[in-house]
Amino acid sequence: MLLEVSNLTTEFGTERGVLTAVDDVSFDLAEGEAVGVVGESGSGKSVMALSIMRLVSRPAGRITSGRILFEGQDLLELDEAEMRKIRGGRIAMIFQDPMSSLNPVLTIERQMTESLELHLGLSRRQARTRAVEMLQLVGIPDAARRVDDYPHQFSGGMRQRVMIAIALSCSPRLLIADEPTTALDVTIQAQITDLVRRLRKEFSTSIIWISHDLGVVAGLCDRTIVMYAGQVVEDAPIDDIFADPRHPYTLGLLNSIPRLDRPVTTELVPIEGSPPDLVNRPSGCPFQPRCPFAVARSLEERPPLEEIRPGHRVACWVDVTKVLG
Amino acid sequence: MVLPAPTEAPLVEARRLKTHFTAHRGLPFARHTTIIRAVDGVDLQIRQGETLGLVGESGCGKSTLGRSLLRLAQPTSGQVIFDGSDVTAADQDALRRLRRRMQMVFQDPYGSLDPRMTVEQAIGEPLRIHGLASGDRRRQRIRDLLGFVGLDPTVGERYPHEFSGGQRQRIGIARALAVEPDFIVLDEPVSALDVSIQAQVLNLLDRLREQLNLTYLFVAHDLSVVRHISHRVAVMYLGTFVEVATRDRLYAEPLHPYTRALLSAVPVPNPAIEKRRQRMILKGDVASPAQVPFGCRFHTRCPLAIDRCRSEVPALEEKRPGHMAACHLVEAQTEKV
Repeated sequence: MLLEVSNLTTEFGTERGVLTAVDDVSFDLAEGEAVGVVGESGSGKSVMALSIMRLVSRPAGRITSGRILFEGQDLLELDEAEMRKIRGGRIAMIFQDPMSSLNPVLTIERQMTESLELHLGLSRRQARTRAVEMLQLVGIPDAARRVDDYPHQFSGGMRQRVMIAIALSCSPRLLIADEPTTALDVTIQAQITDLVRRLRKEFSTSIIWISHDLGVVAGLCDRTIVMYAGQVVEDAPIDDIFADPRHPYTLGLLNSIPRLDRPVTTELVPIEGSPPDLVNRPSGCPFQPRCPFAVARSLEERPPLEEIRPGHRVACWVDVTKVLG
Repeated sequence: MVLPAPTEAPLVEARRLKTHFTAHRGLPFARHTTIIRAVDGVDLQIRQGETLGLVGESGCGKSTLGRSLLRLAQPTSGQVIFDGSDVTAADQDALRRLRRRMQMVFQDPYGSLDPRMTVEQAIGEPLRIHGLASGDRRRQRIRDLLGFVGLDPTVGERYPHEFSGGQRQRIGIARALAVEPDFIVLDEPVSALDVSIQAQVLNLLDRLREQLNLTYLFVAHDLSVVRHISHRVAVMYLGTFVEVATRDRLYAEPLHPYTRALLSAVPVPNPAIEKRRQRMILKGDVASPAQVPFGCRFHTRCPLAIDRCRSEVPALEEKRPGHMAACHLVEAQTEKV
């Protein structure tokens, strides 16, 4: 395993009390695997990613328990200096808004060569050559000249390509992408996902792809983790999650979105209610207040994430296949 | 969903509508003025009871078109006709009367409600402005409206921040419905909402349209959402329509290369389909409405473009019965069988 996350819990102190953003999350990621993490706002998917990067903002937020084994080493035991060597090197991250991680007053060349010098020990000249190669690889036209431009001189889609070039420049073993195409138009999103599919093969990088868009995940990932209220409620191979979803929340998501692959007359079945307050969590299963399948036990006891067949884990007291017949 | 029967006159009509903005760019002493052709010659008709979906990418002018129909953006030329009245020529008094019948729901349920106004004040404001109900009658009407959009009728005293995004969008819808409009421009009404909440609001909008015989212009970038809610769909690119057809025709047989590219770019939550899918990936970025290309506006990104596309503007013509497209490469086959 490249990455083994176990019992990860991340909390934030708020005026109203302790908010548990990530609640006892465990999952593995194999070498070369791409896993999609889906869930709605507040489901904890971004905080989970930031926790792996050890970028949870302090003092409000802190990782209160768990273990994050990356290449056999527990990231939670590293000091900040050691962690800095890993970030941007062995693990890279891209965000929804490239401007939040690009420095507006430095040229792309300076931003790229900095990490190449730090992580790969290249000379400035070697680093520049590598930077131009990377920009060419992600499809920036006229890369040898554009490398000296500033971030604002690129369009949104091109900026996201630059981010990907920077992220992959040190050949990371793990790439964490947090909604990288959400702000982009659909034709530009298709360009970016196409690029990532291609680069994934070339670099054999493992990917954690966070998205609320089940379609993007279906086209890009080998496996999907579904999060709700900070917990993993389902984890399955990509074909299973769409063809044979077992958690009522996953089922609900798939039935609530309009889909071009279904007849236009298909009725949308919304998930009633709204996600729970993460400070005052409901008892038992976090989805129980909105769940049409909930049983007495769902109100009392949190269901464990259990394997129903190799590679497919579900956290639910009910076997929905029996209820649905 | 049944397509409403065609009546003689559409409820909403735009004729050669243009809305241009001027922008001043560059540093002091080196300033130049650019004209942004946000809406650049649009003809449209929306029938009573119909939902016209309007899709396109950011910067294509779809929001400006929606706003121009209500004169929330001032058209540069052309006409908007609402139920026989010329909206573009109306004076302030006439415009106020027309606006009671034409409302708008905005994308951002956070930005479109005044944080210092209670829900009751927010929904009651249009009633007050248009002098429609006061005192207890107004309060009762607000309670009815809240119940109508699926909210607890007793939440009137509360403030917007106490509600979730989906609930705020319901408040925005109740506010638009308060004046009993005939026509509502819905500008990306579900884009800011989580997927599980989107379906709630889409179903609500559909129910309201049927119960109140409303007419919608549904502006969105999400083609799956637009397919679900619309009777007819218009595809916009750089200020003009490139294709207009009934929903079923547009999704079954998109004619314009841009529509085809858009549809092929939409990810589908089905790994089996995604794996064998051949995408038509457009090169380059969405062009700017400040620099509209010569000829067909789409030719700079079109994989099929020929010489004629670079020099001659294709007209929006009926290429199939009830199916309009603006492309030199699409042959017309309009004979009825």
